[in-house]
Amino acid sequence: MKLLTHNLLSSHVRGVGSRGFPLRLQATEVRINPVEFNPDFVARMIPKVEWAALLEAADTLHLVEVPKGPIEGYEHDEKFLRQMHHVLLEVDVLEGTLQCPESGRLFPISRGIPNMLLSDEETET
Amino acid sequence: MAFRSKRPEHGGPPELFYDKNEARKYVQNSRMIDVQTKMAGRALELLCLPEGQPCYLLDIGCGSGLSGDYLSDEGHYWVGIDISPAMLDAALDRDTEGDLLLGDMGQGIPFRPGSFDGCISISAVQWLCNANKKSDIPAKRLYCFFSSLYSVLVRGARAVLQLYPENSEQLELITTQATKAGFTGGVVVDFPNSAKAKKFYLCLFSGPSTFLPKALNESNDEEETKESEFTSERVPYRMARRGLVRKSRQWVLEKKARRRRQGREVRPDTLYTGRRRKPRF
Repeated sequence: MKLLTHNLLSSHVRGVGSRGFPLRLQATEVRINPVEFNPDFVARMIPKVEWAALLEAADTLHLVEVPKGPIEGYEHDEKFLRQMHHVLLEVDVLEGTLQCPESGRLFPISRGIPNMLLSDEETET
Repeated sequence: MAFRSKRPEHGGPPELFYDKNEARKYVQNSRMIDVQTKMAGRALELLCLPEGQPCYLLDIGCGSGLSGDYLSDEGHYWVGIDISPAMLDAALDRDTEGDLLLGDMGQGIPFRPGSFDGCISISAVQWLCNANKKSDIPAKRLYCFFSSLYSVLVRGARAVLQLYPENSEQLELITTQATKAGFTGGVVVDFPNSAKAKKFYLCLFSGPSTFLPKALNESNDEEETKESEFTSERVPYRMARRGLVRKSRQWVLEKKARRRRQGREVRPDTLYTGRRRKPRF
């Protein structure tokens, strides 16, 4: 699971709504995957990123060189975009858990795939 | 696809139908791969994404990642959701570039509002129409799916869902729930005259309504006009039929030609067409 996906994932447990974000990340196995750099795509995703959640996740994974926020004119700053590319797309969480901040529900991550299946009681009406 | 008379949805839930054996078909069977890839291509075409822009897309029922790979090849980034662990295992083996999630679309899409630039789904949504547990109400699950999908899409984004509706009531159930959730759009039917090639694409727009893309048809290649041509050519056909003896070989050939003109699927003419058979027939 890439950090970009983690930054957009939100708990859909019944009654949680917007308080289901961000999912607290715990990782036991992480891998760095080289991914082809596409500056257009990274620049387009920057406005969607929730920085507080991203910094918290990067901190949990002990990542270095993580920008603290979008800088002025980021669309043309290649160094900034490359750093964001690495953080968002190249860091892959293989084993760990995601925790819903409101309900405390744990979603396990196995082989890079988070299990988001809910039980009947937890499904939104 | 495996059963001619029985639809897979009637046999049980998708996570059981798509087991290791079924997953293997999606990885090895070239015809399966070909059909799925073609449908993914058509769905992406109908999505009408801005040219040359890499987008972040959602693949509902991504399975073994066949459609996802097509998206990657076109330069897009994607996240796939599937309910079958066996299919996702197959996707992992194929080393897909998109992220995968194990989830049930009928429980909602667990993402923040405005996460995705578009959504495709290949041969998945019809599974929502059959209740597999006593507590399942298909209409509710469909609404939950569509309303959460509407939320996670960027305003003005589209969703193209290729599906196999069992009948018109099922299609209506699906479109009603999609409309309730706030979507506009409609169903594009490719090759409506052919039983095998016929494909349904539910095209949904989350912004103001725009035009529906044109469906594919066999006659598109010949560039036929929509209006019928008024010529005297029709008269000879009727004369030709009158002269023929019923059930003779010529009559059979003429009938087959007539059905081909109507656009139906007709077996090719061979030297066995209309041959004399034993009186037992």
